[in-house]
Amino acid sequence: MPDIEIKNLIKDFNGLRAVNNISFEVKEGEIFGLLGPNGAGKTTTIKILATLLKPTKGEAKVCGFDILKQKDEVRNSIGIVFQEPALDNRLTGRENLDFHARLYGLSKEIRQRRMKEVLNLVGLEDKADVLVINYSGGMQRRLEIARGLMHYPKVLFLDEPTLGLDPQTRHHIWDYILKLNQKERITIILTTHYMEEADYLCQRVGIIDFGKIAALDTPQNLKNILGGDVISIEAVPQKAAFEIFKKLPWVKRIKQYSNFINLNVERGENKIPLLMKIDPKEEAFKVKTVNLRKPTLEDVFLHFTGKTIRETEASQSEKNKIRR
Amino acid sequence: MKSNNLQAIYIMWLREMKRFLRSKSRVVGSLMVPFFFLLFMGLGFKSGFNLPGMPQEANYIDFLVPGIIGMTILFTSTFAGISVLWDREFGFLKEIMVAPVRRSAVVLGRIAGGITTSLIQGILILIISLFMGFQIISFFGLVLAFLFMFLISVGFIGFGIAIASKMKDIHGFSLIMQFIIFPIFILSGAFFPVTNLPSWLRLFSYIDPLTYGADGLRASLISFSQFPIFLDLISLFIFGFLMVILGTYLFAKMEV
Repeated sequence: MPDIEIKNLIKDFNGLRAVNNISFEVKEGEIFGLLGPNGAGKTTTIKILATLLKPTKGEAKVCGFDILKQKDEVRNSIGIVFQEPALDNRLTGRENLDFHARLYGLSKEIRQRRMKEVLNLVGLEDKADVLVINYSGGMQRRLEIARGLMHYPKVLFLDEPTLGLDPQTRHHIWDYILKLNQKERITIILTTHYMEEADYLCQRVGIIDFGKIAALDTPQNLKNILGGDVISIEAVPQKAAFEIFKKLPWVKRIKQYSNFINLNVERGENKIPLLMKIDPKEEAFKVKTVNLRKPTLEDVFLHFTGKTIRETEASQSEKNKIRR
Repeated sequence: MKSNNLQAIYIMWLREMKRFLRSKSRVVGSLMVPFFFLLFMGLGFKSGFNLPGMPQEANYIDFLVPGIIGMTILFTSTFAGISVLWDREFGFLKEIMVAPVRRSAVVLGRIAGGITTSLIQGILILIISLFMGFQIISFFGLVLAFLFMFLISVGFIGFGIAIASKMKDIHGFSLIMQFIIFPIFILSGAFFPVTNLPSWLRLFSYIDPLTYGADGLRASLISFSQFPIFLDLISLFIFGFLMVILGTYLFAKMEV
């Protein structure tokens, strides 16, 4: 039985469709990632699964429990770390954990034992009796992860687990996430708009954009869809260059975004010399930069949505500005 | 599942106690205003000064103390209820909302915590007033006064939770204080007998639940009241009951 089953889920907010008919499953013990720009519907999906929001249409099950009819069972089987901190910063780390454990009805012995375990897991034993208000951002996030684990959930939701953290702390959090997935054999569903994060952590990734799942597979398979290498070219005028490159027989796929033209090719190192043979004078464009790389999830995202994740976010923040 | 809910009530209460004991400034701050009222109004209107409608033998401070205790309970209780908003602002509300416990248990825990802190502050004001010459008539009166403090507190915590459940963020808080809580305080007759008000204004006093709270406290502590004590008790009881129902209902419907 899969830990998460979603069928044709829809959520509207005042006529705006935040989640548009998505369906997917998450297997037991898996680290599953929802990758997409801000406002793509990731957090809404998580909130629906955590019983905090009601879906407009469709159904979902968590650990076999219906999210509408068996709320308490769902809540007992999940742990969740929200995007914004949800700690009481006037309490100590230990008190926050104790509060949580009692809400979930753990007995005294289990509370004590489990508290030691989770504090150890996130490396906060020596800070447990400090008021949370004195914690750094990374420590708070670790404490929240520890808290989410207190009641032995089968599934852990992490909504943007490393948002706003510095790169070093981010890598630490990643290691904790991998460790607890292995040690606790827990299913993890995380949302992120960081490509590296999805690539590094997730066994499968669902690419989500405008409330729809655009693609869903392992990061490797997703990258294999593009295959070979990506040659990224900056040329002026771009249009003229695009027309020429489009006709090259060895280009498998071509996409343009902002100032770049991306070519999908096999054995990219052999193709760059071919590129150099195109006579720029004859063709009336000028190549400024050329970059060769293996496809990343960024390229996959571009392929499926026609935009890079950064562009999507920029255009959305523009929209928000206009709306205000 | 049932023991979960009892634990939830207990842990909500415990959390409130810990926060209360740790925020010395909040305690001192909430006691300062009633203290200054007592000090300056009590001393300003010297003994022997009598408002129409007050018993001849009573000092103004005797009249004032029960009203100020009522005011203290009003402010601390409403604040305890409205603190749902702060939990929302700092994200902690989500932690409570995804827990497998009844929302009513969360509300009850919050009410239990709010009552405890409000009563402590009300009692502190009472103790301060003893040093200023206030005299309690009997032990039974004191016990009755605690009952009134309790009832006022329950009602206004429920009221605060109901308001907080309907508000989106903390920006409306000062508006609520100025346009709802302050009038409730002024109209309650904490400073003067409400019978002195013109009749159209007195009408507002009569629908103000704190009027019955202040009157009941006065009846218990100095054995002077404008309404039968039974009426005070019944009014506050109904108010408290309705507010707890309303607060629980609105809190349960809240989405985060």
